[in-house]
Amino acid sequence: MGKRSVVPFGPQHPVLPEPVHLDLVIEDEKIVEAVPSIGFVHRGLESLIAKKDYNEMVYVAERTCGICSFMHGMAYVESIESIMNVEVPDRAKFLRTIWAEMSRIHSHLLWLGLLADAFGYESLFYQCWRIRENVLDLIELSTGGRVIFSVNKVGGVIKDMDSDMLAHFLRELDKIEEEIREIQKTFLLDYSVETRLKGVGYLSKQQAHDLGCVGPFGRASGLPSDTRTRGYEAYPQIDFEPIVSEIGDSYARCECRILELYQSIDIIRQAIAKIPDGELSVQVKGNPDGEVFTRVEQPRGEAIYYVKGEGKANLNRLRIRTPTFANLPGLCETLKGADYADVPILILTIDPCISCTER
Amino acid sequence: MSNIFNFTPTVLKNLFHKPVTKNYPAEPAQYPERSRGHIEIDIDECISCGMCVRSCPTGCLAVDRNEGTWTINRFDCIACGYCTLKCPKKCLHLTPGYQTPGPQKKEAVYQKSPEVLEAERKKAAEAAAKAAAAKAAAAAKAAAAKAAAEQAQPAAESAAAAKE
Repeated sequence: MGKRSVVPFGPQHPVLPEPVHLDLVIEDEKIVEAVPSIGFVHRGLESLIAKKDYNEMVYVAERTCGICSFMHGMAYVESIESIMNVEVPDRAKFLRTIWAEMSRIHSHLLWLGLLADAFGYESLFYQCWRIRENVLDLIELSTGGRVIFSVNKVGGVIKDMDSDMLAHFLRELDKIEEEIREIQKTFLLDYSVETRLKGVGYLSKQQAHDLGCVGPFGRASGLPSDTRTRGYEAYPQIDFEPIVSEIGDSYARCECRILELYQSIDIIRQAIAKIPDGELSVQVKGNPDGEVFTRVEQPRGEAIYYVKGEGKANLNRLRIRTPTFANLPGLCETLKGADYADVPILILTIDPCISCTER
Repeated sequence: MSNIFNFTPTVLKNLFHKPVTKNYPAEPAQYPERSRGHIEIDIDECISCGMCVRSCPTGCLAVDRNEGTWTINRFDCIACGYCTLKCPKKCLHLTPGYQTPGPQKKEAVYQKSPEVLEAERKKAAEAAAKAAAAKAAAAAKAAAAKAAAEQAQPAAESAAAAKE
């Protein structure tokens, strides 16, 4: 048995895009224990409800995260709509679904690029982000923003997509799918990638369940948790199954996310085929009075919004639980027994979004 | 060992493909029509109601009704477009083209043209005069009604006394 020592990892580290600190207790080259600490980028977004009225807060909620921004805005407006019993028009629901899946594609492609970067495959990283650029172009064309969409409002959406734009989406998605198929081979079949991913960071289904893992991280361990099956927005009218893998290692997490890319493209195609005509939004009057929990499936997993209003323009309480926060205990479990050199990959496999965890 | 050549077709394609990046700034960036670049105002349409100021999540706007100015701190603006939704005259709109960097966080001030401002002041003065006249008329009417009531009251009292 070797001597135990503690190696601090982060908050500033070349593989970490965002600040999280881990105290790694190592014995020789093996991790024995990992102690996380967060709190380096707290922004106090939740307390802004005291200053902004509930309509302005849509734009604040959207800025919780720089990648799944649309879904944060969507979860927030959905919470307010369910408190105020607002029935959103069907067209707005379908548009929200399309944009949500677009942001899932862009988030997963970003993650694949970062993973390639973490195991040192720079040219694969470029290819992923090249494809992601096309997705961002589509998002900018339809909403006006590349990352922050700002198309949600309480009662519906602000911008519409005409049939020409939807047809353009379908054409571009065909090209994007073809390109993903090309790089998928490298991720799933390449010898050097397999050596870095297979059998690394194993998490069993029971562990994933006990530690409350969510999203692709939990699904790769066989936990069939996908909040989209709860049936919000237009998802009840769309045919899809959660993508689950029984393997539970880093390779399975990568595979799950790649398969989810195809699933998202398929969901967008179904939504475009079924989108009805009609109004984009309904007039909302009055102030929210009541409280609600809303759960939405973000690219990283399930996000929970707790909103409480007391009949005033300013909300009483807003609480956001992001998927990264739920996945941190699972990360510490996967780190146990791993090689020190695999730590960057293991941190990446939960797709950490520390800034939204700290809100 | 066939599993080590998966990336080769992509590499070969890359070698003979022109770059996917743009040669910016020699080749100018193209923004779509909906791009949320910056806020523009048709200042002469503006009625200085201040709805945009109250709605702005970052508080980067200011309106001076007397001077006829509309001020925006473009470095604080997040181009969310909420003011364009709230504007009753729809004189605010988002146009493509991002805010360029600068050495100072200067505010951009938009001034109404003198003719519009003069016309507005005239209109406001007329409205004020009209309101004052209406107020005076209402006061005179009220005074007349009061006097009539006072006259009627002694008569009623004397009538009641006669009845008794």
